[in-house]
Amino acid sequence: MMRSLLALALALCALCAHAVPSDAVFAKLAEDDSDSRIEAINALAADGSEQSIKVLDALADGTLYVTAEGALVILTDTEAIDPRTGQSVTYPESSDQIYLNNRLRGVLQGALAASRVKSPDREVRLAAANELRENASEDMLPLIESALATEKDKAVRNALRLAAARIDIASTDSGRRRKAAENLGESADASVKFMLAGLLKKADDGHFVEADEAVRTAAQDSIDRIDRRLAMADVANTLFSGISLGSILLLAALGLAITYGVMGVINMAHGELLMVGAYATYVVQGLFRAYLPDHQDLYVLAAVPVAFFTAAVVGMVMERTVIRWLYGRTLETLLATWGLSLILIQAARVIFGPQNQEVSNPAWMSGGVEVFANVILPWNRIVIIAFAAFVLLLVWLMMQKTRLGMFVRAVTQNRAMAGCVGVPTARIDTLAFGIGAGIAGLGGCALSQVANVGPAMGQGYIVDSFMVVVLGGVGQLAGAVTAGLGLGLMTKFLEGWSGAVVAKILVLVFIIIFIQKRPQGLFAVKGRFVED
Amino acid sequence: MKTRRSFIKALTLSASLAAMGSVSTFAQAADTIKVGILHSLSGTMAISETALKNTALMTIEEINAHGGVMGKKLEPVVVDPASNWPLFAEKARQLLSQDKVAVVFGCWTSVSRKSVLPVFKELNGLLFYPVQYEGEELEKNVFYTGAAPNQQAIPAVEYLMSKDGGSAKRFVLLGTDYVYPRTTNKILRAFLHSKGVADADIMEEYTPFGHSDYQTIIAKIKKFASEGKKTAVVSTINGDSNVPFYKELGNAGLKATEVPVVAFSVGEEELRGVDAKPLVGHLAAWNYFMSIKNPTNAAFIKEYKAWAKANKVPNADTVVTNDPMEATYVGIHMWKQAVEKAGTTDVDAVIKAMGGQSFKAPSGFTLTMDKTNHHLHKPVLIGEIRPDGQFSVVWKTKEPIRAQPWSPYIEGNESKQGL
Repeated sequence: MMRSLLALALALCALCAHAVPSDAVFAKLAEDDSDSRIEAINALAADGSEQSIKVLDALADGTLYVTAEGALVILTDTEAIDPRTGQSVTYPESSDQIYLNNRLRGVLQGALAASRVKSPDREVRLAAANELRENASEDMLPLIESALATEKDKAVRNALRLAAARIDIASTDSGRRRKAAENLGESADASVKFMLAGLLKKADDGHFVEADEAVRTAAQDSIDRIDRRLAMADVANTLFSGISLGSILLLAALGLAITYGVMGVINMAHGELLMVGAYATYVVQGLFRAYLPDHQDLYVLAAVPVAFFTAAVVGMVMERTVIRWLYGRTLETLLATWGLSLILIQAARVIFGPQNQEVSNPAWMSGGVEVFANVILPWNRIVIIAFAAFVLLLVWLMMQKTRLGMFVRAVTQNRAMAGCVGVPTARIDTLAFGIGAGIAGLGGCALSQVANVGPAMGQGYIVDSFMVVVLGGVGQLAGAVTAGLGLGLMTKFLEGWSGAVVAKILVLVFIIIFIQKRPQGLFAVKGRFVED
Repeated sequence: MKTRRSFIKALTLSASLAAMGSVSTFAQAADTIKVGILHSLSGTMAISETALKNTALMTIEEINAHGGVMGKKLEPVVVDPASNWPLFAEKARQLLSQDKVAVVFGCWTSVSRKSVLPVFKELNGLLFYPVQYEGEELEKNVFYTGAAPNQQAIPAVEYLMSKDGGSAKRFVLLGTDYVYPRTTNKILRAFLHSKGVADADIMEEYTPFGHSDYQTIIAKIKKFASEGKKTAVVSTINGDSNVPFYKELGNAGLKATEVPVVAFSVGEEELRGVDAKPLVGHLAAWNYFMSIKNPTNAAFIKEYKAWAKANKVPNADTVVTNDPMEATYVGIHMWKQAVEKAGTTDVDAVIKAMGGQSFKAPSGFTLTMDKTNHHLHKPVLIGEIRPDGQFSVVWKTKEPIRAQPWSPYIEGNESKQGL
């Protein structure tokens, strides 16, 4: 049935110079049945005329509709086009979009890839070749080979060679099979490995399925190469996710490294300061949507200073109204800041509602980059790692290179002496707390890009933040960095081995043991906290 | 002296005010019927449950506008158990013994339902539970208006194994670590065994509530999927963890054509917080989708949108309807019908009158409450995520299906198949 239809379509092409797909093909496409639609898609792809590709594109974009009368139209917001003629027609009263399911989508992607593999645009060719690398069918082999003959770009050639090899591996010619087995060694795809392993199997009578020994050797060799590459990709993936989690932990904890680490305030509202930063990001996103829709992708950059200052102001108000009366009384600060955290959560609930808010990744932070086969690094995580490094540098510069930083260190080391030499200790306290809070706000801005933004989000990070600061050694930036990255990597290696739930427990057990052996954390303590 | 006098004055004033307050509630109690609404409006489940509270309030308003129940207006009593399971039991007790509500509509997670069960049994209350769940339960005091496993999970996996669903041969069972995912996956594993899928082809993974870092799991799924057989993921991740999960899925480039994910707890509401474009083609199995076209559904959507606007729900212009909302709507209407049939709000009489009730639901099907097992007969639909966060229906049953609360795939349930 399908073959005869293909033949019909091809015959029709041959008849008319401007190939127009037959009505039968369109009728099939309009039918509500996957098998018929697949026939139609294959027929359109085989015909390959400009008009057919347009129809396939419309199908992929979701702009192909069936009218109540059963005719196909391509609909844009203002215009209806008859796919057979390419002419405008009257906009139909009612119509149903032709939805794809995964099976149709796979077939369609393959068909479109085949039609694009000779496109003049290199990016389009590469995407098409990659698509074929994964799902090329046998009848596409001539096309792939002819594309290979003219292709100059190395990446596209590699993908095409793999696509051809996948088909050739089932060839009857043992020379072709051997060549394919060799070529497939370039892949980093585990499914290719299983395909090759099929060549090495023994049949029930003890003979190899693959008779030619050269092919078997090539297959074995390729499997080894793929295994090495997969193992490498595995380690690279785990390392990256460990560093990524570490950078998130670090961002969550850096503000606390100042408010708790340097100033000795057990700030239970730290998580809520992160939340303030995240909500500030959400508000900036809303403002950009309303007033600068053309520059929406830049909202994150604008949100960075806004998050910092909003959280800093909230922090300074907290310090002026509550915390300053409680310096040195650790347990009382713990309770007071816990109360503040509840107030902030409720405030967020009243202002923004109890539900999570949508903060979307801007386009340049979506998707990922394939650094090498099988290792895709998501952009949002790469940006967050860079951002963590930037914030760290900022904090370090502020503490070590500015007058304010010097005053903060002076006040924390010896308040009385600092006061005597003219440091305005009360104002320094407020500023230091404000900066700690502001940095928490920056953390919140970053977190909004990977996690949920809601009133209770801060509570999820408070334990992690204290974990990092206490483990690192209170008052030490280097400690926070080491602890953050260490915990991130450790969690990810454990998760890979034991699953997320057990990993979380194991990390906490590790911290309990570690703190018992070394209560001061990784790095020794300096500051007001210890003098008291 | 002066301060003490004014203090006493204030005390008497507030006491008399309180007395007046209670008098007025007594006065009200005569011509209203109190209805409890027990949904988390904060915490990790607020993303899903807030919309159910809104639906319940809307339905009550609708019923009141049409003359109420037996001539009496319904009076909603809303409490917030804050995604905190012990608090659910406390709030349920408050609703039943203090507020004396006639019925409670509420709960989403199974753990919250399990927490309130003893209270409803002890005080002989009536609970309508609107969410699909793992089954293995049948309580006199509860009516289940969501799906049992054979009305959602099993047909979804059958679809994945079908030609159109991608002929999956290997399965990743991924869930949040609590009773619903664990039990559902136990049933699914037994079901897959019965279809000849070996244990080596099933991967089971759990994450804690509120988990937000899915890098490792996605890498594991990718690895598992690349081992030579077509793989599909069955997700029972609950609550707002779904947002980071789908974000990661999109960014890691795991496409639906390669590894489709079918979710049992993700609907239109959960996808509101996500950019759905990279997720096109991933699936969800429910008994209702907002995209279903029929007059009942159009009216339901219109009514909810108008209600959201009138009540200034945050982001009222983008509100959506979903399956548990439909189940809430159906539940309240069925309870109304049963009360009118029984002629009283007395719990035992209403329970008796519920059996055999039917209601034309927004899904386009007429749903019937089973005479014996307290579950609805429901149709099953599989939907694919569209770029706009809605679902297009790719498969559905012709008729509503009877629930099997006791799964035949779990050992020891053989004797309970009649229920």
